[in-house]
Amino acid sequence: MSRRIVVPFGPQHPVLPEPIHLDLVLEDEHVIEAIPSIGYVHRGLEKLVEKRDFKDFVYIAERICGICSFIHSVGYCQGIENIMDIEVPKRAQYLRTIWSEYSRLHSHLLWLGLFADSMGFENLFMNSWRIREKILDAMEETTGGRVIQGSCKVGGVRRDISDSKLKDMVKDLDILSSDIEDLCHVFFDDDTVIHRTKGVGVISKEAAYSLGAVGPTARGSGVSTDIRKTGYVAYADLDFSPVVETGGDCYARCAVRARELLQSVDIIKQAVDAVPSGDIDVKVKGNPDGEYFSRVEQPRGECLHYIKANGKKNILRERVRTPTTANIPALVKMLGGCEMADVPVIVLSIDPCIGCAER
Amino acid sequence: MTIEEQKYTDIMKEDLLKNVKDKCESGYRLVQIGCGKFGDIFEINYSFEKEYSFENLRIKTTEGEKVPSISDIYWGSFIYENEIHDLFGVEVTGINLDFKGNLIRTTVKAPFNVKNVTKVKPEKKETAEKKTEDN
Repeated sequence: MSRRIVVPFGPQHPVLPEPIHLDLVLEDEHVIEAIPSIGYVHRGLEKLVEKRDFKDFVYIAERICGICSFIHSVGYCQGIENIMDIEVPKRAQYLRTIWSEYSRLHSHLLWLGLFADSMGFENLFMNSWRIREKILDAMEETTGGRVIQGSCKVGGVRRDISDSKLKDMVKDLDILSSDIEDLCHVFFDDDTVIHRTKGVGVISKEAAYSLGAVGPTARGSGVSTDIRKTGYVAYADLDFSPVVETGGDCYARCAVRARELLQSVDIIKQAVDAVPSGDIDVKVKGNPDGEYFSRVEQPRGECLHYIKANGKKNILRERVRTPTTANIPALVKMLGGCEMADVPVIVLSIDPCIGCAER
Repeated sequence: MTIEEQKYTDIMKEDLLKNVKDKCESGYRLVQIGCGKFGDIFEINYSFEKEYSFENLRIKTTEGEKVPSISDIYWGSFIYENEIHDLFGVEVTGINLDFKGNLIRTTVKAPFNVKNVTKVKPEKKETAEKKTEDN
């Protein structure tokens, strides 16, 4: 029997954009067990809710993550709006949907680039980020911010997008779609990508479900779950189905995200076609009193904002369960039995956002 | 506005494992475990989902009381149970992967269980005490 050794992986590692530490128990090059540790970037953002006006807390909710920032603000605002029984104007709901899908495009393109980088495929990394720049430009033109938008507020949105601008955005997306398709072909068909991802970090459908995996991590194993199907914001009016792959490996998780790029483009087009005219916000009176579990689908998967308030301007408790937290148990299972050289690719395949997970 | 139906069931702490086992056997996915402190009471929500039906089990506990881990039923619950221990100081017994307070390392122990999380540095504390004595 080979001698067992423990190799520390992270929190500082070239492939990790954020700090997570893994103690890898190895037999030769074979990973027997992986024990994760986080706790390097805990900011205590949830505690701040006790000291901030509930309307101002949107800015903090948005800063929980630098990638899915907009969708965090949607999750928080939706929770407050449901407690206060606020009817958000339809146009605002559509704008929230459009910006949410732009966030998904930008997040998935960022991840595809990082994933290519983890395999040493630098050209693919640069191509992914080249396309992402155009998405960020559209975000900046419509909200004023590339990463933190500050456009969602309790009762609606702060900015409108003119109908002519919406049409221009669709035209740009049409041009971008062919670039995205070309990019997808590389991720789907390139020998290097297939060699590094097929059959690597496999997790079965049953295991993914029972471990509580969410988003592309779950859908890559054949679990058809997508919180957008609950119909929040304007998703109830739009036609789409969860993108599901059945391989359960890194390739399948990558394929889900790549296919979701084209799905997001389609959802944006549908939303632009159907966006109604009218107000973009309503006046908010009083303070929230009650509790609500608000769920939204972020690029990495289901995110939950639990809000409890007692009629005062400072709410009592805001608990955020981010998708990365839910995917850590699945990651631990994926790593058991893999080769040491595959660890970076497998860790990246859940699209970990530790800043988000620790809040 | 789409409002997702919110289902809460208040249960006794002693009945937690039985209820969670029922959920698991009925095919529910564990969505999260979340804690909040309201007055002297810790409120812990166990959230589950099956085919977009979202349900919660809720237990209440107080300082010093122990809560059983559900990690024998839902293996992945260790991440939430360690988090509750580290942030609120609630002791969860029998966790399959117990980090013993080292999952989320904070300067102030159990920061969500104290009123003020600002830690006074020792030298500043000495200066403040000296000033009080001088006065």
